[in-house]
Amino acid sequence: MNKQRTSTGQAFWATLQRDLLIAYKRKNDMANPFMFFLIVASLFPIGISPDPERLAEIAAGVLWISALLASLLAMDNLYRADYEDGSLEQLLLSPHPLYFLVLAKNIAHWLVSGLPVVLVSPLIAYMLNLPSESYMILFVTLLLGTPVFSLLGSIGVALTVGLGSRGLILAVITLPMSVPVLIAGTLAIEQTSNGASLSGFLAILGAMLLASISVAPLASGAALRISVN
Amino acid sequence: MTPATVDTPGQDIGTDASQSLTSAVMLDGTDLFCERDDRILFEQLNFTVSEGQVLQIKGSNGSGKTTLLHILCGLNDSYQGSIRWYGQAIETQAEEFYGALLYIGHRVGVNKVLTPLENLRWTCSLQQQVSDTELYRALAEVGLRGFEESQCFTLSAGQQQRASLARLLISDARLWVLDEPFTTLDAGGLSLLEGLLRSHADAGGAVIVTTHHDLRVADLQQMTLG
Repeated sequence: MNKQRTSTGQAFWATLQRDLLIAYKRKNDMANPFMFFLIVASLFPIGISPDPERLAEIAAGVLWISALLASLLAMDNLYRADYEDGSLEQLLLSPHPLYFLVLAKNIAHWLVSGLPVVLVSPLIAYMLNLPSESYMILFVTLLLGTPVFSLLGSIGVALTVGLGSRGLILAVITLPMSVPVLIAGTLAIEQTSNGASLSGFLAILGAMLLASISVAPLASGAALRISVN
Repeated sequence: MTPATVDTPGQDIGTDASQSLTSAVMLDGTDLFCERDDRILFEQLNFTVSEGQVLQIKGSNGSGKTTLLHILCGLNDSYQGSIRWYGQAIETQAEEFYGALLYIGHRVGVNKVLTPLENLRWTCSLQQQVSDTELYRALAEVGLRGFEESQCFTLSAGQQQRASLARLLISDARLWVLDEPFTTLDAGGLSLLEGLLRSHADAGGAVIVTTHHDLRVADLQQMTLG
């Protein structure tokens, strides 16, 4: 029996499909980050002020911080189950480059936890009285920024997946790396409403996304090897 | 800590010697040393596994059986010594080695929310192309006919073990590394798995297995740790 080896592309698709399938079968977990985003963002008008003027000022920051926290909340699912049931060992022992398999898992994770947040963000922006000309900018910058959160978070999760009690350590590892994205994202919305050009901010966020796509899965892969070791 | 001993059961010495002349050495380890938490798990450990051979690793709980298997598969690199695949270092031919290796660990790699079919499809497709007919046939052969579409958390531990063992029927990997594959199996499962090990060895494959079960296979080597 000599069967054909899968190409790396096929292994990539198989892993992506598997993770999407798992997410689909665990719908409750899937809705968590999304609901968290909605709840956190809606607490600000209650806690600070329902005054539309003041809300418009903080809307960009609130949306970005909520998105970041929602992504952090969702991160833990990424490798935990695989670590506990031994699937992670199978992933590490595949003849294919770990980079692509980890990237597939990260993409699946973002599609499930990041994309819904991006899609619902204009609605929350309306609630927070963000100027309507900023909706598109918010949407595009979140579309570029939330995958970076997922990719960077993946490194932190990979490092901590073997630890028994992790507590806040994931946040301590991940948040400092995510701060530049947060700054660029909120600045983009504020500055463009004051007349600045958007292209520079998009370039910065795009560069951050490309850099994390090319480097973060390698780091996650190495961290996973350490965690299993 | 005494050095690990390798012994071949008496009745097999003759066949063993003649076979190792004809069949190539697949995997060999020289002078392996592993220490964990200031405790030496094994030192000066040597072994060879040739095509057609089954290597059984025994040892008391905590003697480092699983660690040794992890080391052999490259999951653990905190050891000294050399491990070679067909006479060459594994790092120089990683893709070939991992293409020819099938590892089923103590944690069998079966996701609880997926069905046996979906689990098997994914683990197989990490290595080789596989059709749904093959998947169904393999699951039926390990006794999971009718359970292909049930989520794994509804299955018993033995059935989950069987779901992972279905990979043995599909894979064309030459080296099987199995960590305690017999633990949750019933009598039927035991003889099924033993039959699989036997036919794999007959076809020129090699098996490294940790178990305390008395294996009935032709070319058996035993190694005791600790």
